[in-house]
Amino acid sequence: MTFDLSILCKSTLEEEYSPICFGETFQPLLIGINDQTYLDWLLKAWGWTLSVSIIGLILALIIGISIGTLRTLPGKSLIGRSSLYFANCWVELFRNIPVLVQVFLWYHVIPLMLPFLKSVPSYLLVSFALAFFTSARIAEQVKAGIQSLPRGQHAAAMALGLSTYQSYRFVILPMALRIIIPPLTSEAMNIVKNSSVAFAVSVSELTMFAMQTQEETSRGIEMYLAVTVLYVITAFSVNRIMGIIERKTRIPGLLLSSPSGAH
Amino acid sequence: MELDFSFYNWDLFKNFLQKGLLFSLQLTLVATVGGIVLGTILALMRLSGQKLLSTPATWYVNLMRSIPLVMVILWFFLLMPSIIGKSIGAELSAYITFIAFEAAFFSEIVRAGIGSIAKGQTAAGQALGLSYSQNMQYIVLPQAFRNMIPVLMTQTIILFQDTSLVYAIGAYDLLKGFEVAGKNFGRPIEAYLLAAVVYFLICFSLSRVVRKIQSKVAIIR
Repeated sequence: MTFDLSILCKSTLEEEYSPICFGETFQPLLIGINDQTYLDWLLKAWGWTLSVSIIGLILALIIGISIGTLRTLPGKSLIGRSSLYFANCWVELFRNIPVLVQVFLWYHVIPLMLPFLKSVPSYLLVSFALAFFTSARIAEQVKAGIQSLPRGQHAAAMALGLSTYQSYRFVILPMALRIIIPPLTSEAMNIVKNSSVAFAVSVSELTMFAMQTQEETSRGIEMYLAVTVLYVITAFSVNRIMGIIERKTRIPGLLLSSPSGAH
Repeated sequence: MELDFSFYNWDLFKNFLQKGLLFSLQLTLVATVGGIVLGTILALMRLSGQKLLSTPATWYVNLMRSIPLVMVILWFFLLMPSIIGKSIGAELSAYITFIAFEAAFFSEIVRAGIGSIAKGQTAAGQALGLSYSQNMQYIVLPQAFRNMIPVLMTQTIILFQDTSLVYAIGAYDLLKGFEVAGKNFGRPIEAYLLAAVVYFLICFSLSRVVRKIQSKVAIIR
């Protein structure tokens, strides 16, 4: 078994190596070669992984925070109870189906039921699947975050004459979301890792790249290693970025979140 | 869109699904037991306070936790033949991969569990003249595992969901069973829907069980 990373500099079409390893990326500058090299392809694949994850994460945060908030709303009215029921069903449903099965549902089944989704590209469908799957987990954390606040906070908001919406918007959520930044960090890292299931519906992200190039070049070790390194870099960067967000949003004097993360 | 579930009957279960369901459950069981054993060893290595033991364990756990499971499955499937010297099937490769991967996650749970035992317990053990290993074996681990049961079971449910990822190397699990059945009868849509329902029912009922157990065992503080 030989190990030779120069395979990444090879053109994907011909037996030709680029001197700078990049091909078409720098083609307009007339350096390298005309074709796409494996390195070009690898970086594109990384781009797909990042796009799918970021779109998924943003949607997951929006849905997750809404559902998590619904689960803590006070009120014994019919609307209050039914929205609580809805939110609970949402969490149980999307938490208990494997993410790969959800991806298949979004790709094969749901476009048949909702025809307007037929023209949606498959990477977006994967993002939706990841978003719904992750939203259930984020909702759990948002709920836990809100419940970990002292009850007095809610009472104080009411005493100030804030409406339920206002008390959530200005008092409860700003604190709860700060508390749950560490678990949200793991969710953000999870969504990057889970985006690898997109290979099953042929989105050309990193895992798909690894599988395809392994067959094409029989250089599995080099290709897998390159992909693994990119995943590790991504996971590490997400961790750092969330660390920065945690530090920037920390309210001085308010010891809600402990600075020591679990990572 | 019309759905037709009429082709789902006992014969179909026996022909296509039984084998897959059995494999998924076996994989879950083997990976849970193997993962907990290996995970406990990793956790003890990390807590041992000896750099020679704790550094490799820490690296191993952090590496496994930052790569997607699918990539780990592919790695093992690629490397196993050259390590062992002969090619092994996708199923056996899946068993080894899952034990190795889940061990990293179980080790974090075990480490947290051991950390949750009050310091006085260890001190009391030492005062009784127990050695380090005796202290672990008779005082710390029994209490820690009791506290960990709900978390370990939740991890097992996640593990069961993750077994569907052996799709990447073509092992015949529950999801694959549904897929093959769907293809054979020309009804893939119904197959995916039913797969979702079956996975949901299994995971949901297991999570109910966990909740029951949680209220029963959570006493030691």
